[in-house]
Amino acid sequence: MINAVEPTAVKPKIGSGNFAHIIYVLKENPVTAIAFGLFTFFLLSALVGPFVVPYDPLKTDAAIALQPPSLSHWFGTDNLGRDIFSRVIVATRLDLIISVSAVALSFVIGSILGSVAGYRGGAVDVVLNRILDTIMAFPLFVLAMGIVAALGNSVANIIYATAIINIPFYARLVRAEVNIRREAGFTLAAKLSGNSDVRVLSFHIFPNALPPMMVQVSLNLGWAILNAAGLSFIGLGVRPPTPEWGIMVAEGANFIVSGEWWVAIFPGLWLMLAVFTFNLMGDGLRDIVDPRRRV
Amino acid sequence: MNARLGAIALRIAQAVPVLFGVVVISFLLTRALPGDPAAQFAGVMATPESIEQTRVKLGLDKSMPEQFATYVVQLAQGDLGQSVSTGRQVTEDLADRLPASLELTLTALLFSCAIAIPLGVLAATRPGSLIDQLCRLLVTAGVSLPTFFTGIVLIYVFYYLAGIAPSPLGRLDFAYLEPEHVTGFFLIDAAIAGDWETWFGALKQLVLPAVTLGLFTLAPIARMTRAAMLSALSADYIRTARAAGLGTTKVLYGYAFRNALLPVVTTLGMVFSFSLGANVLVEKVFAWPGIGSYAVEALVVSDYAAVQGFVLAMALLFVTLNLIIDLTYSVIDPRFGTAAK
Repeated sequence: MINAVEPTAVKPKIGSGNFAHIIYVLKENPVTAIAFGLFTFFLLSALVGPFVVPYDPLKTDAAIALQPPSLSHWFGTDNLGRDIFSRVIVATRLDLIISVSAVALSFVIGSILGSVAGYRGGAVDVVLNRILDTIMAFPLFVLAMGIVAALGNSVANIIYATAIINIPFYARLVRAEVNIRREAGFTLAAKLSGNSDVRVLSFHIFPNALPPMMVQVSLNLGWAILNAAGLSFIGLGVRPPTPEWGIMVAEGANFIVSGEWWVAIFPGLWLMLAVFTFNLMGDGLRDIVDPRRRV
Repeated sequence: MNARLGAIALRIAQAVPVLFGVVVISFLLTRALPGDPAAQFAGVMATPESIEQTRVKLGLDKSMPEQFATYVVQLAQGDLGQSVSTGRQVTEDLADRLPASLELTLTALLFSCAIAIPLGVLAATRPGSLIDQLCRLLVTAGVSLPTFFTGIVLIYVFYYLAGIAPSPLGRLDFAYLEPEHVTGFFLIDAAIAGDWETWFGALKQLVLPAVTLGLFTLAPIARMTRAAMLSALSADYIRTARAAGLGTTKVLYGYAFRNALLPVVTTLGMVFSFSLGANVLVEKVFAWPGIGSYAVEALVVSDYAAVQGFVLAMALLFVTLNLIIDLTYSVIDPRFGTAAK
């Protein structure tokens, strides 16, 4: 649940004097406020969704297969008579777990690699940059496919694959932020007062990189969901009958040509909405953290 | 001039370790694939002895460095191994299917450039206007669209509801014969043969997948065009040009746009990488017989040579493309190589 912590982690960094700025940005840009609202909704779906949905997401009932949306089944039923609304809501947890843990992993690994490379410089820096270049040389989705295929077809491996393809973004960002501060006055002062390198790096330099990192995290979460859903759409990772947005769209795709639109459209819409929320939040956070980078 | 040549040489030299890394990663990836390739190649009726024989024949009993050396030598000869599922050389399979993917990707890129670049320019010249808001909405919505979902929605609307689009199955309806193979691009081949009926048939099949992919690549291009155009317009040389009394069109297109194009070209390289990945999904939705769907089929049966070939081919394509873009830069941008590297 790293992203629940992030906004609060950013705020004290900016300082209470800028709290008014946050309010101002939210007022100025109601879209950002909506994004935070939607985010709360998805978080609630993930936390309590499985307890409040009207039907068991795995219970099949051939008698009510492929029914269009109605009052009793808001999003209709699929070919096995399962309630799509329940499945869509329950799937939120799995999709969020995949994306949040993948992003958290790449955040941690990327931060460590980037900090060390930026602080040490020299050969370490060169080698790390070459490795990152190599990862970035692959079309990232294709690399993720390759990794999942190589490690084996499981949810954990989807998380690892998504984490690996995201590491370069974090490592590069942290490296740049650390690098420009390694000779800064406060760094030298901290060193002179007898702090160890590790301490200087993690408590004096690294926190400066956090605000831009938060923006990256929010933008990446959406992308990580898309990536995971894409992988399960082509049959990697999550397996049926587990409810997951990507696989539900894949199952529904077979019925779209015969007009049963609801089987694929609702999970797809939810997926889109989740990604949209994270992207809007990222843009909003960027306005709060660094108004100059707004494009 | 020497600095320039030096910079070009340096850029080419930089690509070498990346290429080596790509080969190492794709080698490692496929050695880790589940399943025993020797057992697969030996066939269903294999005995333990025949599996062992196949293993020796394939060189899978040797140490990893030895296997890697063999792999690099074979690769240098353009040999990517044999696909278990199709029984053909992976290189042949990929070469057969690559034109289909390229035709789709290039059409999609053309489509999205044709919309995104004018949109970005318009949004940048009128900041805060309705078109700027539209651009912002489109950009945020565009990156949130799962390509496979857009494809399905388009199929539902244009095939099932409106009935305008042909059935989303491959590059050409059964009613048409494939045009004679020249380039492998159906649109070009049919045009060369002068067979306009087939040309339209191929175009009709191409429109939906290309639009699906194009909608996905539209956002980053529009975003970058807008940003680059904004920063170009606020530059000093634009103020100077305006102060000198040059016309709006001249300032906008002669100065601002030409300078803004450079970052846009770089973005195109990145977008191409995205679309190679998204291709896999779009090809699956539209049953498009390109290399993406080839890779998906190969993954399902853990056909390791085919997957390895695909991942490697994609990466090589991408590295080469980026190299070409950077080298084009050196032609377009007179500052190339003069800045401290």
